[in-house]
Amino acid sequence: MTPVLAAKGLVKRYGRVTAMDGADFDLNAGEVLAVVGDNGAGKSTLIKTLSGAVIPDEGEIRVNGEQVHFHGPLDARKHGIETVYQDLALAQAQDIATNMFLGREKRRPGFLGAVFRLLDSGGMRAEARRVLDELGITIKSMTQPVETLSGGQRQAVAVARAAAFGTRVVIMDEPTAALGVAESAKVLDLIGRIRERGLPVVLISHNMPHVFEIADRVHVHRLGRRVAVVSPKTHSMNEVVGLLTGALRMADDGTIEEVGVTTGLNR
Amino acid sequence: MSTIKERSEFILRTPAIGPALALVVAVVVFSITTDTFLNVDNLSLVVQQSLVIGTLALGQTLVILTSGIDLANAAIAVFATLLMAKLTLESGMPGVVALLIGIVVAAAIGAVTGGIVTGFRLPPFIVTLGMLTIVTAVSRIYAAGQSFPVTDDTLGFLGQKQYLFGQVEVTYGMVLMLVMYIGLWYALTRTAWGKHVYAVGNDPEAARLSGIHVRRSLLGVYVVAGVIYGIAAWQALGRVPNADPNAFQLGNLDSITAVVIGGTSLFGGRGSVIGTLVGALIVAVLRSGLTQAGIDNLYQDVATGVLVIAAVAVDRFSRGRQR
Ligand SMILES: Nc1ncnc2c1ncn2[C@@H]1O[C@H](COP(=O)(O)OP(=O)(O)OP(=O)(O)O)[C@@H](O)[C@H]1O
Ligand SMILES: [Mg+2]
Repeated sequence: MTPVLAAKGLVKRYGRVTAMDGADFDLNAGEVLAVVGDNGAGKSTLIKTLSGAVIPDEGEIRVNGEQVHFHGPLDARKHGIETVYQDLALAQAQDIATNMFLGREKRRPGFLGAVFRLLDSGGMRAEARRVLDELGITIKSMTQPVETLSGGQRQAVAVARAAAFGTRVVIMDEPTAALGVAESAKVLDLIGRIRERGLPVVLISHNMPHVFEIADRVHVHRLGRRVAVVSPKTHSMNEVVGLLTGALRMADDGTIEEVGVTTGLNR
Repeated sequence: MSTIKERSEFILRTPAIGPALALVVAVVVFSITTDTFLNVDNLSLVVQQSLVIGTLALGQTLVILTSGIDLANAAIAVFATLLMAKLTLESGMPGVVALLIGIVVAAAIGAVTGGIVTGFRLPPFIVTLGMLTIVTAVSRIYAAGQSFPVTDDTLGFLGQKQYLFGQVEVTYGMVLMLVMYIGLWYALTRTAWGKHVYAVGNDPEAARLSGIHVRRSLLGVYVVAGVIYGIAAWQALGRVPNADPNAFQLGNLDSITAVVIGGTSLFGGRGSVIGTLVGALIVAVLRSGLTQAGIDNLYQDVATGVLVIAAVAVDRFSRGRQR
């Protein structure tokens, strides 16, 4: 089966920092793939590359087996890839409905829209309201500026935006980081529903219980590259933590082994 | 019931309300304290005196909304007045053609400014400071120490008067400024173009990640602002039918004053052109009222300066609360 979204040998350097160092990636149809790794492992850089926000120095990206070149976020969007960025990418002073439709505003039908470019503000507000209701997020007014929302509500707006517009892949970079227990559960629930719609989801999270609850496979990222892909059914949380810290290593045959402390003396 | 806190937050979030109140207060105060302020002729004159700065401030608002600033706007308008006047006077060109050439040249200068700002990612303050110096020098060279009287009807058109109800003096320039403000208000608040301008000013990276062409949006702003400065030149010739290279030397600062008093944030992404219209009127009312009260020009400058600082302080204060 061809992966819906795949990457091979991605490299991204920022001056002397190598954020990605030959990273591979595979996302299969209909699955929830968790991406885990320590702070600074390069997870956000990886998914920004997949969403067109970062252009890699080397490596290739394929959508349904076809090689693509994303020159910007719009290119990835056109392929149906929607992303919730770690810092949310919301315009703080603008209202919820505006943010929801930013960059793909709906115009009024007919003359007003075609000639006067009049936006269908009422329609966009109603649609924004519907999407948030579906998520179970209660927000009084769609005309509220985003900066007046709580951190969790902001995250909900960003998640709802991606969920509403994704048609092929939905990527979420730590979507529950600012959320309480109840709101996190809602987002996990939503991820499950997106999967039921047949869309694959990439979920970056530091929360191992969440990852093990929802993910079909776990991509372990370390020092800018993928070091293992494991199934939550066959592997334990401790093993995943060991892999991402480097205490454990996945051998070529898929078995997991301890990494001995090697120094110059006992080599 | 809305609490005082909610009300003050509403005022902070609706930038044009504070300035509108200030305008009303200023008009009331001058009406009471002077005999000559409150009459139809004087009020009409106040509006006419706000036309050039009001139009410059409209373009300035666009640039400031993108968290830029335009120091060259008045210099561009002055160069356009010289072009328009000299072309009709010396080459015998029809006024309409000279007018269009002036506007197109102003737009082209805007395009160059925008191109440098977006292409080299340089701060607009520096780029427009450079443009101010260049355009001012080019104006002086072009004028060669002269000023040019305007006799052409088209170029002077905006100064022509009509009388409403037999006594209210209305110039075509007033009508045009109102139409331009309404047009830009519509474009900024009711079209995707405007939403993108605000988003770019708010957070360029968020705008980029949302699929907005940030550079294209910025470039568009500078070109539209250039067109507006060209029209400001036409307004200037309607007010005073003489193109003078030394006119409007503080026009850039006056327009920034109007924008800031109107509640638009210098940090970008917040504000409205309606606020700017009110801001331009406040400055004109203040000047007129203080003149009627017999207060010297220089003290008027002091008053305007105090107002600008107060307006920026309010902006800072409201942002402090939001962040
Ligand atoms: N725009 C940038 N400029 C310079 N360095 C960058 C940039 N973006 C990322 N880096 C560096 O690349 C490395 C990987 O960063 P990245 O944000 O991808 O990590 P991460 O795995 O998402 O971390 P976290 O879990 O903290 O979000 C870090 O060392 C970071 O400092
Ligand atoms: Mg990250």
